[in-house]
Amino acid sequence: MTDIDHDETVDARGAACPGPLMDLIGTVRSSESGDVIRLLSDNEQSLTDVPEWAEKAGNELLAVEEFDDYNAFYVEKA
Amino acid sequence: MTEHVVIIGGGTGGTVLANDLADRLEPELDAGDVRVTLVNDDSEHVYKPVWLYVPFGQREPDDGRRPLDDLVDDAVDLRIDRVTGIDTESQRLRFSGGAPPVGYDYLVLATGSTLEPDQIPGLAEGGYNFYSESGATDLRDEFLEFTEGELVLSVIGTPHMCPAAPLEFVFMADDWLRERGLREAVDITYTYPIQRVHGNPHIAEWARPLMEERDIQVETFFNAESIDPEAETITSMEGTELDYDLLVTIPPHGGVDLIEEAGLGDDGWVDVDKHTLEAEAAENVYALGDTADTGVPNAGSVAHYQAGVVGQRLASEIRGRPATATYDGKTLCFIETGMDAASFVEFDYENPPSPAPPSEKLHWSKLAYNESYWLTARGLL
Repeated sequence: MTDIDHDETVDARGAACPGPLMDLIGTVRSSESGDVIRLLSDNEQSLTDVPEWAEKAGNELLAVEEFDDYNAFYVEKA
Repeated sequence: MTEHVVIIGGGTGGTVLANDLADRLEPELDAGDVRVTLVNDDSEHVYKPVWLYVPFGQREPDDGRRPLDDLVDDAVDLRIDRVTGIDTESQRLRFSGGAPPVGYDYLVLATGSTLEPDQIPGLAEGGYNFYSESGATDLRDEFLEFTEGELVLSVIGTPHMCPAAPLEFVFMADDWLRERGLREAVDITYTYPIQRVHGNPHIAEWARPLMEERDIQVETFFNAESIDPEAETITSMEGTELDYDLLVTIPPHGGVDLIEEAGLGDDGWVDVDKHTLEAEAAENVYALGDTADTGVPNAGSVAHYQAGVVGQRLASEIRGRPATATYDGKTLCFIETGMDAASFVEFDYENPPSPAPPSEKLHWSKLAYNESYWLTARGLL
């Protein structure tokens, strides 16, 4: 378990691609600089989508936490 | 006791379902055992795919309008009114203007999508669209006089209605400008919020090479953050800025507030079982079309097929039989690839799309379907 504090959780489990990434982007859009968003996704594509987008957008992917049937991504808005 | 089915929304899903139930439950409706009410806040039904052709001067918005009264079976009670509240505990609906509440035994939400341009600063002033009647005519007036410069089409957010339409618009614009001898004077740029040109990877893989062949520039991972109508620039969250002379956008979409207020889902989309289309948060409530959060495209064909499933399930429940019909994700879509060629895709939850080679025959099939759509709305096709 990570001990990263987060300001908001986006539960996109069950959503088809690109739903999880778009849900994350939507939440980052309405967040403040420095906010940490936790994205929960069971979509395998998120393992590449989220890091690629975070890098492109200049946000920091702080951690990816793996659970049995989903992953949690912690993204800090630049 | 009379069972009351209320459908909110007179778009494709709600209208097809109302007519489906009128046919399927004819004996019960005749006997007064069942009542079906369709509620819509406009007296006209709108076939939105017509709007794609308006900017090219090929169709008029009126081509996509018919009075609901002409489309809906007489056995259905048509109520032109706005629902202002849903109480899923007491199974009652509130209406605007202080009209008395109405109870339901089964509720179907087919409230569709709404445009939310105000989410992006400058979008309402700087961006044209073909996702509304006024947007399509405003874009037509600008586009018909556009002869040179930067044409940018920006898909701002998903989900949005008709995921193929942004591709169709740039393919049609490319062809239309070539036919008029203007293509070399116009740069076309297409932006998309994720790392490919379409949400579905199979359609994206098919479309990307076509865009390269047609010299349509692509900017992916482009999530519009703001538009400066004075400077004529659009800037993304990812830090890319594009100049434009004509900006066509697919505005952010949302559902209706009613749904979130009723606790049925976020952003106006109802959380449903993607096979049964039953709401997860309430009994005796279904959702279909754009309103149902199933992950399939917001497309008329989806609403059409889902209406058939909900119609079968409701008829079974009303007759006291197990409801066994399920939706398999079936989607059909024609994709215009120019002014006289189109592709076609068919897919479902299990089988991905495989776009057909573009042909003139498919283009005419699309136009023929647009004409025969009114038979679909009437429940005949």
